[in-house]
Amino acid sequence: MLLRYLFILLILLPIKVYALIEVDITRGNLSPLPIAISPLSIDEQSKESFKKIIKKKNIGSEISNIVENNLKQSGLFNPLNKDAFLQKPDIANLKPRFEDWNLIKAQALVTGKVTFVDEKLRVEFRLWDVLAGKEMLALAFTTVPSNWRRVGHIITDKVYERLTGEKGYFDTRIIYVAEEGPKIKRIKKLAIMDQDGFNNKFLTLGNELVLTPRFNPTNQMVTYLSYFRNLPRVYLLDIETGMQEVVGDFPGMTFAPRFSPDGKKIIMSFAKDGNSDIYTMDLENRVVERITNHPSIDTSPSYSPDGKYICFNSDRSGYQQIYVMDSNGKNVKRISFGNGLYGTPVWSPRGDLIAFTRLRKGKFYIGVMRTDGTGERLLTENFYQEAPSWSPNGRVLIFYRETKTNSKGEGFSAKLWSIDLTGYNEKLVETETDASDPSWSSLLSN
Amino acid sequence: MNRNIGISSGLHILLVIITAMSLPFLSKKPIDLPPIVSVELIQITDQTNIPFAPKAKKTIEKVKEKEKKLVSEQAPPKIVKKQKPDAVPLPDEKIDKVKKIKDKKQNPEKIDNEVKQVSEFEKDKLFDLNNIAALIDKSKVESAEIKDKTDKVTQDQDKSIDFSGLSLSEEDALKAQIFGCWSIPLGLPYNENLLVRIKLQLKPDGSIIKSEILDHARMNKPGQGFYKVLAESALRAIKLCQPLRVPSKGYERWKELQLNFDAREMLEG
Repeated sequence: MLLRYLFILLILLPIKVYALIEVDITRGNLSPLPIAISPLSIDEQSKESFKKIIKKKNIGSEISNIVENNLKQSGLFNPLNKDAFLQKPDIANLKPRFEDWNLIKAQALVTGKVTFVDEKLRVEFRLWDVLAGKEMLALAFTTVPSNWRRVGHIITDKVYERLTGEKGYFDTRIIYVAEEGPKIKRIKKLAIMDQDGFNNKFLTLGNELVLTPRFNPTNQMVTYLSYFRNLPRVYLLDIETGMQEVVGDFPGMTFAPRFSPDGKKIIMSFAKDGNSDIYTMDLENRVVERITNHPSIDTSPSYSPDGKYICFNSDRSGYQQIYVMDSNGKNVKRISFGNGLYGTPVWSPRGDLIAFTRLRKGKFYIGVMRTDGTGERLLTENFYQEAPSWSPNGRVLIFYRETKTNSKGEGFSAKLWSIDLTGYNEKLVETETDASDPSWSSLLSN
Repeated sequence: MNRNIGISSGLHILLVIITAMSLPFLSKKPIDLPPIVSVELIQITDQTNIPFAPKAKKTIEKVKEKEKKLVSEQAPPKIVKKQKPDAVPLPDEKIDKVKKIKDKKQNPEKIDNEVKQVSEFEKDKLFDLNNIAALIDKSKVESAEIKDKTDKVTQDQDKSIDFSGLSLSEEDALKAQIFGCWSIPLGLPYNENLLVRIKLQLKPDGSIIKSEILDHARMNKPGQGFYKVLAESALRAIKLCQPLRVPSKGYERWKELQLNFDAREMLEG
């Protein structure tokens, strides 16, 4: 009975309840995430086998170096110095001692191992959340040993995607125009390389002038422009097979052929009867369709990723500006209104932004704006630079920049540069020769 | 001739020396730049605890006295009037309360059926329990003890205890700490809802007993993969910041905290 009353009274007691305090956290730091990439462990036998095939001492640490370099280049991660690691790499199948990694301020950790199985390269890796003390990702790949660099890129893509929430862009390639010789007598070859500059290959011999290579967003096909007997020709090149075909000869000045998002059409501009307009060509039946019909010069068309809109360049207002229209050529709207000239608009694969080149007061800028023209941001300024191309995740732009020439024509060089959307992480992309007109491929593996 | 040249050159040399000595840039020492001192933000509390300088204190006191004088000179009758109506209901209330208590004690019939059966001993217990309850809740103790004090006093004290939020400076200290720990994942789509609400249970030293994501179901929804990334980054921030910079007093107030992480402002930038 006593207990019963106690209970009733306890219920009736006016216990004070405090309202839950809420604190809004609306800011954070955008500094790179500290990540530890432990060298992938490898047993002695596998090490010897790989040494014979790919002439690398320790393929485990080579692959982890690729991951480290990729993450560092992205600007979003801060790979920690391996000398500070307390735990050795032979932890692939064990839970790491999180305290040790916490001590060196790592927030994420990559571990893994490499083995040689049936003449193939097998890589296992795990991504750990050091602060929470749990596994975030565990994957294994098997491939031919010569593909080892790609394994590093794929691991980076997976880590990047898991930690940032967007797809990576590391297992990709960049096609560009390799340039050699003096400016007056330049030899231009088509070249392709991994996004980190390795595995460079020349695709043409340099007999003919090549221009504006562009990747098909759905596969490894490339379209480019080449001059044959002084006539511009649009070519299609399959990088996997090396097969090349002529799409067609076009009259007058032809500019910048580019694929539609489904890869079934090419959109470009050429001059017919002295008037430059935008046309598409269906790659299956080779039917050419006229999209714009205006006495001004319309060039540089680029599709939105859903294929519904096209952005392009036109001087119909008197100066070269950026316009957006429906894919059938209707509802043309001007979106750029700043001083100077705007050129080479490219729609982001994410669909939210359009990148462009802007010439103002003798300087060239690479910038981005929203698709309605608002929120223009100039990311980088230089003496001469143009032709931005998006990474497949729409976070990074690659473009080319020419350095100033002196009066004798010496000191000229053209190089590829990349910059991310923040505008801070500007990097030179190393190439063997001078380079221009880069185009970024889609992810090789999805 | 030679003599003139000698005088001329002598004077020239003299002139050069005087100019060199008097020119400011030659005598100037290289600028000694002081080392860059990092500036730490100081949180401002509601009330300063820095004592006034003795002189200022005196003048403030003088001003206060003057004000007092002025008030008393201008409106003495009003104060009296004000005090009266305040003071009047007090005894009534007291009497009411006392009467009620007395009623309960004297007329057990008025109490509920259940209470009727209770023995004297148990009744005592019941009243003791009230005290226990008062012990549990400090505010209750105070309100219980202050029965003989005026109502005004109890109200004031209640206010100070009931104040439930963090003060601006306390909130700022906590925010500033977490801002520093939270690495925002940059790949998030900024046109989505990027709010992660996390409820924390804290120890008095600010370390975390438990953290709970309030919209946990959203973590595994298809097409909301970015939410998981965001939520994990918020959890990492809390773990990294541990122990949180919580106020040194009033544990009851903030032993449970809700942090609303919103990345939109940063990403839209």
